[in-house]
Amino acid sequence: MSRFLDLTLNGIANGAIYAAVALSLVLVWRATRILNFAQAGMLMLTTFIAWAVVDSGASYWIGFAVALASGLVLGALVERIVIRRVEGAPALNAVIVTIGLLVLLQALAGMIWGGNPRSFPPAFSIRGYEVGGRAVLFSPFDLFTVLVVAGLMLALTLLFARTSLGLRMRAAAFAPEVSRLLGVRVGDLYTVGWALGSVAASLAGVLVAPSVFVSPNAFDAVLVFGFTAAVIGGLESPLGALVGGLVLGLALSYVSGYGGAELVTLGALGILVAVLMIRPSGLFSRAQARRV
Amino acid sequence: MLAVDDLQTAYGPVVALDGVSFEVAPGSITAVLGANGAGKTSLLRTLSGVVRARAGRIRLDGRSIGHLPVERIVRLGIAHVPEGRGVIEELGVEDNLRLGGLWRGHGGREGLEGIYELFPRLRDRRAHAASTLSGGERQMLAIGRALMSRPRLLLLDEPSLGLAPIVAAQIMALLRDLRDRTELTVLLVEQNARAALSIADRGIVLSLGRVVADDDPSTLAADTALHHAYLGY
Amino acid sequence: MSRSLPRNAATAVAAGLALFVLTEQLSEYDNLQLATMAYYFVAVAGLTVLTGQNGQISLGHGALMGVGAYATVKIQEAVSWPLAVVLLGASLVAAIAGVLAGAAAARLRGPYLAGATLALAVGLPALATRFSGFLGGSNGLVVAPPVPPGWLGATFPLERWQAWIACLAALVVYVLLANLVRSGYGRAFRAVRDDEIAAQLSGYHVARTQVLAFVVSAACAGLAGGLLVVVTSLAAPGAFPLSLSVTLLTGVVLGGSGSLAGAAWGAAALVLVPTWADDASKALSLSSNVEANLALAIYGVVLIAVMLVAPGGIQAAVRRLVAFALRAAQPHARGPSSWAHQEEKPS
Repeated sequence: MSRFLDLTLNGIANGAIYAAVALSLVLVWRATRILNFAQAGMLMLTTFIAWAVVDSGASYWIGFAVALASGLVLGALVERIVIRRVEGAPALNAVIVTIGLLVLLQALAGMIWGGNPRSFPPAFSIRGYEVGGRAVLFSPFDLFTVLVVAGLMLALTLLFARTSLGLRMRAAAFAPEVSRLLGVRVGDLYTVGWALGSVAASLAGVLVAPSVFVSPNAFDAVLVFGFTAAVIGGLESPLGALVGGLVLGLALSYVSGYGGAELVTLGALGILVAVLMIRPSGLFSRAQARRV
Repeated sequence: MLAVDDLQTAYGPVVALDGVSFEVAPGSITAVLGANGAGKTSLLRTLSGVVRARAGRIRLDGRSIGHLPVERIVRLGIAHVPEGRGVIEELGVEDNLRLGGLWRGHGGREGLEGIYELFPRLRDRRAHAASTLSGGERQMLAIGRALMSRPRLLLLDEPSLGLAPIVAAQIMALLRDLRDRTELTVLLVEQNARAALSIADRGIVLSLGRVVADDDPSTLAADTALHHAYLGY
Repeated sequence: MSRSLPRNAATAVAAGLALFVLTEQLSEYDNLQLATMAYYFVAVAGLTVLTGQNGQISLGHGALMGVGAYATVKIQEAVSWPLAVVLLGASLVAAIAGVLAGAAAARLRGPYLAGATLALAVGLPALATRFSGFLGGSNGLVVAPPVPPGWLGATFPLERWQAWIACLAALVVYVLLANLVRSGYGRAFRAVRDDEIAAQLSGYHVARTQVLAFVVSAACAGLAGGLLVVVTSLAAPGAFPLSLSVTLLTGVVLGGSGSLAGAAWGAAALVLVPTWADDASKALSLSSNVEANLALAIYGVVLIAVMLVAPGGIQAAVRRLVAFALRAAQPHARGPSSWAHQEEKPS
């Protein structure tokens, strides 16, 4: 029973990270209808930058802030320079471009920092809380992870629902051509979508870095998990990303605990395929076709 | 106010506008008539910048605007209500309206009251999703949303489409009223030639991407040969 | 490109003779390079059928090569069949995996399929560590290299024999795929690629077509994996990372995403680029980190650049240049539309 509790708590903590990656994919998808496979590379890069900052002596929180800030800039740059050219093109083009970008970023990181995994400090202690004389598999750092991701979700939900920017972003997502006719600078909003998505991903990067260690390929798995979580929740809503992340986190925690840690990625694949076959638009999507 | 000179537009190999020229005087309603496929919708889309012309000039108050992106043209005072209205169903009624005025600032709330006075039905349904509106209400929403940007030139694509005659008549009366009270200039594309000509100051007939008639409404209304050839009645 | 069976066979025979002569001239190392090009061709050609002809994108074919590689080793451990039969078996195993993947794939749209195959690529190698008793863990499984038959002489170089095996397999695959592409199945692939709904209305069974394309490409990948074992004598998880799948995709894109001749160019590039990158790194005294990653960086740039500038690959780019030159001579004519033709203005 205590094992089940451990796995459940662990699943929630992991789920928060998957939710953050899922959220980044959802934000980019809503803006530009592109699945950003390069997200793994982008968040890897911002995590490396944060690592370099901390490694040079600065405090953890400076590194944390640098990760998020560089994520914002990187997302905007990638959209403007690379993605803008494939936004109206067939979906296959964007898939290939983002794959190419993923591989390029991984190669560049390998060139700069090499392939050896670097350790990354957690924000808080990773020793589990003491409950009833026993340490559970849930630590202050896990609590921080869950709270910070929940906070991000809340902030984004408020942004979309309450602000003019959020109104523009929703309009541009639902009806870009009509929005243009209303004077909405749809192109700029695409950039904002990518920038915000990249911030969410960078957050996931620093949160997961302590456990996977920082190396060019260390974040491939978390992209798979984030993608699966996004699909489970439907690519349309941040709430879906959160729920998808939690569901996946729990499911994979049980797979790992009862089946073996190596099976986790294949477990995600199984869940992904199952969801796509049964309910392709995800649990939360209203299955709206995109209009102009 | 608006001068169009030898405008040519094509979608790939399909020519939509084949040298269209006309002028629109300020504070007037100009009806653009013609059969399906004559190029009416393409004309509006070219004017608002959604589609770029292959050749020709578009001048707003003497200034050439044909090369500008859509968002810039909107800010110069042209509002385009597209075919099908373009009401964003996932958003609420008030959100749709605010969207129209956002580029002016103030969260798009300035002028909201005025629109509600013009369209009391919309005030009643301000918090509801736009998907719950009837056809006539959606047309009001689309026009109201366009008016939120305080345009000088309003481009309307088939506002009476799918509406009951009495509702269509209300829309026409509203347009005439706006012209009279606020000197709004309107370019009105309509299949319903009779209704359009009844409020217009000028009428243009398109066929196969060309202007075949450009005259005052009474002359056009009386020309039965024209009706048979190009307007379907 | 409609070529008849006799013509395809003749091309293969001619190429075979040319390769035969070539292998006599090459050093052992270069023969290994040639063998590598050959098995890359097998994989890239199969993937070209899936992606170029049928329009489906897969990031999992590196993993499918791994399936073929491990199957080859395990079969050889279990029975002592002739190599050709073993390779056929490996191909079959990968094809079965392809049926499963293809059935799922037929339900998935482009980006979703890419995501699912990405999960396959990232997750499958971990099986080797999970079942390390059977699959050898991260060190992988070793086999003895194929022995040249006695009648070739005792001093016949192993590497030339390996090159012969790989090249023969590549030629066979070429003939088979060329005929498939020009057959009714090929028409079905392309019809479904171009417009699924129209294809369905024309009587094509869309899902079955997509599964078939997937199975064919998986079988090719499996065979390529088996050939990889023939050349390197090792099946290890580290040889089949996600970047292998991306490398294969780069080969397809470089070659023009549609023709088998292009696949040959692509496969050659996949061997020559890393070699060139290594040489350039040494000549410029670049660090070992740069050297190790240069080829992949180039592939990434290629994928991005080709999609942005020439979505139809190099061959299509040449065609477009010619068309552009012709069009420039007649200012009012409208040129051919490309794969990624946009109508509206960008914002």
